[in-house]
Amino acid sequence: MLVLAAQGSGALIMKVKRIALPISDKAIRSLKCGDSILLTGSMLTARDASHKRITEALSTGTALPFKLAGQTVYYTGPTPARPGRIVGSAGPTTSSRMDKYTPVLLEHGLRCMIGKGKRSAAVKRKMLKSRAIYMAAVGGAGALLSRSIKKIEPVAYPELGAEAVYRLEVEDFPAVVINDIYGGDLYESGQAAYRLA
Amino acid sequence: MRKIQCRTITETIASLFQDACIHLPPDVIASLRRAAIVERSPLGRETLKSVLENIAVAEGHLLPVCQDTGTAVVFMELGQDVHIAGGDLTEAVNLGVQKGYALGYLRKSMVHRPFSARKNTGDNTPAVIYSEIVPGDKLRIRVMPKGGGAENCSRLTVMPPALGHEGIIEYVVSLVDECGSNACPPLILGIGIGGTTEHTMLLAKKALLRKTGSHNPDPEIKELEKRILTEVNRLGIGPMGYGGSVTALAAHIEVFPSHIASMPVAVNMQCWCSRHREAVL
Repeated sequence: MLVLAAQGSGALIMKVKRIALPISDKAIRSLKCGDSILLTGSMLTARDASHKRITEALSTGTALPFKLAGQTVYYTGPTPARPGRIVGSAGPTTSSRMDKYTPVLLEHGLRCMIGKGKRSAAVKRKMLKSRAIYMAAVGGAGALLSRSIKKIEPVAYPELGAEAVYRLEVEDFPAVVINDIYGGDLYESGQAAYRLA
Repeated sequence: MRKIQCRTITETIASLFQDACIHLPPDVIASLRRAAIVERSPLGRETLKSVLENIAVAEGHLLPVCQDTGTAVVFMELGQDVHIAGGDLTEAVNLGVQKGYALGYLRKSMVHRPFSARKNTGDNTPAVIYSEIVPGDKLRIRVMPKGGGAENCSRLTVMPPALGHEGIIEYVVSLVDECGSNACPPLILGIGIGGTTEHTMLLAKKALLRKTGSHNPDPEIKELEKRILTEVNRLGIGPMGYGGSVTALAAHIEVFPSHIASMPVAVNMQCWCSRHREAVL
C-alpha cells in the first residue's frame, strides 16, 4: 500500500510504503533498496548472544522456543522500561556482528532482518538465494523508535537480559530497505551517487 | 587541604551519566541542525530530521537518546590540594555508575570475560577511569557513555614519520570509507597524533570531549582538521550510510610530541550521538 507522507515543511514529499508483518512474499517482491517503509505487526528481537544460542540449537536439532520461518528479526537490545512505559529506548545495533550466524537462520526460513550497517558478501548471497530482505532503522534513534513499539513480551533466553529474544508488536515502525531481492544494496548505490572522491 | 567526600563523587557520577544519556550537548544538536540543512540527499535530510526528532522525544520522555548507553568512561582531573575522604576513589566512581545506570533505566552493557563467557556484570561497572593530578583544589569530572558500534570502528597505527599530513589524511579517510556506515554517521572523528601508542588513543578519545566543530588553536592542526573533514565528506557515505554529503560533523585533532622514530595515529570514532557531561567539585 502506498501512502504519501508530507514531511517537514511540505516541500519534500516522500513516498512511504506500509508493510504488514509477518512479511508476505508479495511485499518482499515489491520492495526496492532505498524505499522508506512503515512496518506494522510482529517481529522478534535478537542480537549477539541470542544468535549464538539460536544457531547452537539449530545445529543440534533442538527445537527453538519460537517459530523462525517467515519471521522478521530486529537486532536490538532495549534499555529497561521506566515504570508506566512499554519499553525503553530500542534502536538498531550493528548487523555485521550477526553475519556469522545469519546464513543458518536464513536456511531455517528467516525472511526479513532489521539492523544497521553493511552485511557480508556471504550473507548477501544467501539472502538472494532465500529471497530474504534486509532493512535499516535509524541508528541511535532509540527513543523515537520506541514509540512504534506497542507491546513487548519475552520469548526465549531471559537470562541474557537485554540480549534475550522478545516478541514486539509494532505500529508504523520506520525503516529503509537496504538489500532487496534483486541484488540492490543501498549502502553501495547511495554512497556511489554522492561520492566525489 | 580541601576535602571532597567519596559520597559526593558517587552522587555526582550517578547524575552525570543519567543526564548524559538523555540530553545531548547543545553544540552537538546545533551541528546536527546545520547538517539537516546542508545535506544534499533527500533521504539523508529525512534521516537527520528523524535524528533531531529522536533527540526531542528523549528529552520529553526522559528516555535515553540511544539504547546503547555505553561503556562508562570517566575522566578526572584531581587538584593536588584535594584530599579524597570517606572511602576509595575508584570504588566511589563505580558506585556512581552502578547507581546512575539503575536509577536512569540505562542499559547495562558490560560483560566479564569478553573472550569467552561474556557474562553481563549486571550494573555496567567497571567504569573505564582516567585520572590526572593537576594544580588546584578542585576535582573536575567528565563522563562519556561510549557506545559499542562506533568504538568498534576505532583504529590505531604507527606510521613512518615521512608520511606526514598526507599519510594521516589517507589513513583516516580510508578507515571511514571502510566502516563509517556501521558507526552511525554523521560522525565525529577524534584523532590523536603522537605520544606512545596508548597515549595517542587517549588523545583521540579526549578530542571527542571538545565542542563539536571547534578547532585546535594551532593553525597547522586546524588546517589538517579542515582537510580531513572535507575529504571524509567527499566519500558520499552520508547520514546512516544511505548516501549523502554529510558523513562527518567534525574532525578534532589532539597532538603530543613523539619519539624520533615514530608517528602514532589513532582514530576514536564517535557516532552522531556524542554524549558527555561534566561537573567541577
